[in-house]
Amino acid sequence: MTTVSGAVTAPRRALLLRRPTKTTGAFSWLTTIDHKRIGIMYCSLSLLSFLVGGLEALLIRLQLAGPNGTVVSAAQYNELFTMHGTTMVFLMGMPMAVGIANYFVPIMIGARDVAFPRLNAFGFYVVAVGAIFLYSSWIPGINGVPNGGWFGYTPLTDTPISAGFLPGRGPDFWSIGLIMLGIGSTTSAINFIVTILNLRAPGMTLMRMPVFVWMMLVVAFLTLFAMPIITVALIMVFFDRNYGTLFFQPAAGGDPLLYQHLFWLFGHPEVYILILPGMGIVSEILPVFSRKPLFGYAVVVFSGIAIGFLGWGVWAHHMFATGLSPVAISAFAVSTMLIAVPTGVKIFNWLSTVWRGAVRLTTAMLFALGFIAMFTIGGLSGVLHSVVPSDTQQTDTYFVVAHFHYVLFGGLMLAVFGGFYYWLPKVFGRMLDERLGKWNFWTMLIGFNLTFFPMHFVGLYGMPRRTYRYDEGLGWDVWNQIETVGAFIIGVSTLIFLANVIVSIKFKRGAVAGNDPWDGRTLEWTTASPPPAYNFADVPEVEARDEFWHHKYTEDDEGRLMPLPSGGADAAPAEEKHGHGIHMPSPSIYPLVMALGLLPLGYAAVYHSFAWLGLGVLVLLFGMYAWAIEPATEPEPETVTGRTPEPVH
Amino acid sequence: MATIEQTTEIGAPANRGGSAGHDAHATATGVTNKKLGMWLFLASDCLFFGAFIATYLLYRGRDTVGPGPRLLFDIPFTSATSFILLMSSLTMVLALAAIQRGDERRLRIWLLATALLGATFIAGQVFEFTEFNREGLALDTNLFGSTFFILTGFHGAHVTAGIIWLMSLWGMASQGRLKQPDSEKIEIAGLYWHFVDVVWIVIFTVIYLVPQPGNPGG
Repeated sequence: MTTVSGAVTAPRRALLLRRPTKTTGAFSWLTTIDHKRIGIMYCSLSLLSFLVGGLEALLIRLQLAGPNGTVVSAAQYNELFTMHGTTMVFLMGMPMAVGIANYFVPIMIGARDVAFPRLNAFGFYVVAVGAIFLYSSWIPGINGVPNGGWFGYTPLTDTPISAGFLPGRGPDFWSIGLIMLGIGSTTSAINFIVTILNLRAPGMTLMRMPVFVWMMLVVAFLTLFAMPIITVALIMVFFDRNYGTLFFQPAAGGDPLLYQHLFWLFGHPEVYILILPGMGIVSEILPVFSRKPLFGYAVVVFSGIAIGFLGWGVWAHHMFATGLSPVAISAFAVSTMLIAVPTGVKIFNWLSTVWRGAVRLTTAMLFALGFIAMFTIGGLSGVLHSVVPSDTQQTDTYFVVAHFHYVLFGGLMLAVFGGFYYWLPKVFGRMLDERLGKWNFWTMLIGFNLTFFPMHFVGLYGMPRRTYRYDEGLGWDVWNQIETVGAFIIGVSTLIFLANVIVSIKFKRGAVAGNDPWDGRTLEWTTASPPPAYNFADVPEVEARDEFWHHKYTEDDEGRLMPLPSGGADAAPAEEKHGHGIHMPSPSIYPLVMALGLLPLGYAAVYHSFAWLGLGVLVLLFGMYAWAIEPATEPEPETVTGRTPEPVH
Repeated sequence: MATIEQTTEIGAPANRGGSAGHDAHATATGVTNKKLGMWLFLASDCLFFGAFIATYLLYRGRDTVGPGPRLLFDIPFTSATSFILLMSSLTMVLALAAIQRGDERRLRIWLLATALLGATFIAGQVFEFTEFNREGLALDTNLFGSTFFILTGFHGAHVTAGIIWLMSLWGMASQGRLKQPDSEKIEIAGLYWHFVDVVWIVIFTVIYLVPQPGNPGG
């Protein structure tokens, strides 16, 4: 039997690279399919993107600091705001949520792994390759930095290169790059949905799942259905520019408004793709630091689902100024007002969670409370956009810029920073410094409001967004100065955060976290910090929502909390086990190989080059077939050849 | 055998014991990970084709220059190639039935037949494209040219990918590496293949069969 199977395996293996086995070192990171390490890589990429996109924003703010700025040219300014928006949405916001979820969703549902570990790695590398592709347009001589705005309206972007309003290859790099990123996020969405639906631990019913898991499930469905729509729009833009199709060419009967419909049919669900993970994160943080269960768990979950559905019916409120019919405008105005309801419901749920709780104002809690306040402001200015006459006035002014920065920076980013302070002790086993953390929070909050609150005013005073300079005496000067100062305070705050991470984690100055530093409620706090590769030596049997809390506390006759004698933070006997006998999927190089194949394909599309095309197809097919042939888990060494078994860990 | 087990599992509470998380058959929904993943991909792909079809419908009859669909379409010819593509769904079902019975010889035959029928459809499409092109329709001729070629072209690309997939499975089957327990591999490829066929039914109906408003070019 062994000889027969050996004879079959030998020629099959000839095609393959050697199976990676290392679990430490740089190469092990490139071949890892551990969802936790992939999560760390996603978050690192996002933080890097946050820094790059932030530098772009600072250049924008320097240019606008005073009237008639001369820091950058008009063309460079176009590139800066386009890349700032594209980076923050596609390379920072989405990968950040996916990264945090990659690390914690499987642990929170009591699973040892995700459903498709190699596909998961592939999704990450596609996003990384897409980022490299987009930013390679900045290489001197390529002349292809995207410059048509993050939503790339036609006919500006799709007019053929020969007659282009936008000379250079900008929209080509932009459309192909975004298609790549779409492939990455679609694969990760499929992975999340299957993981959450299929791999829950026994007893972990849907209505016992942590809210963060629920929100990521909704986000994954939104991603799954939104990405193909923008892909179609981008394909049309690309073909219009490069192969003379007429999709958005008015002279031939094409309709540029169709592009706006397709883009915002993706773009508005995308807004919820970005904000729902933030809502999930604060829904985890607030109960822990209020020592109360989340108020109205089911209502929060169903509000999230309602937002997911309603999010598909509001896209045209981005287009009120385009001359849609009054009926369409009225319908979208009403649906936009309607979607504020489940959002408002959540805000009251969070407030009720904190109300009369035993609140601990840790940095994580401060960020979560900051999220509620800032997101509410952003939500209120959002409701103003549903009022059509008001929106028509505000369209393409800085008022809109103020609004979406309040929901995306004040919303998503504050929640993400809160999530870092909350979960990084679990990831690295060290607490972040609370004193630096509070400096981080307050400078962030002050800098953020200084930057973005005055934008409401200049917007209402008529300052258009994307203008690269303005005359003096329009009443905008002082506000813009304040905004620029605020932006640099945000920069300082970000440096404080990085310093905190480096000092506390890299130089190990932070206190040892232990399994359960916050007296947490969910399953991730039952594992070691950092958790072992297999997450749980014994798959937990879940009996309640906030499972871990119920292991630690009960209530006496008057409803007061009583610690259970057997519970407690460090009572996790399962982690004493060494985990031998648990077979995790083996590392693989092919997700990286396959994703790398997309890079030459991207250049092939932009440059119409058959050489690049051939190279891309070759790498892609090699990666694909090798991946298909390679077993997910290497068989035990002794069963194949009879060699002495090597230690797995 | 494997299918019977799965159908009884659907809706039943998960039976997972203490085994490792990557046990393919022990899932909370009863549907295996790979099959659920394929269903989700297809759901996503619906939106992909849906957006192209919506674009086609929006632009129908807007052209001011020809040639248009009424001049170009050869309904009997395209009906024949469509019928061939639909028959490939039948052979795909037969291939799945064969591997579930453990009949590897018929599995290979039906896989090959499915791929060949698909290739015949693609050959018909290539012929149609060149014919239209000869009669003066290109991507940049009019909106009909843009929408028709891009929509049917991306469908053809999906069919081509399916053919490559089927031939890869056929190659594996010929080496004796597809046995009865691997029937899910055929089932999942079948899901994709049937989906591509169903999309073609929609495209054929919408583009070829629904009467076209008059284009000046015919």
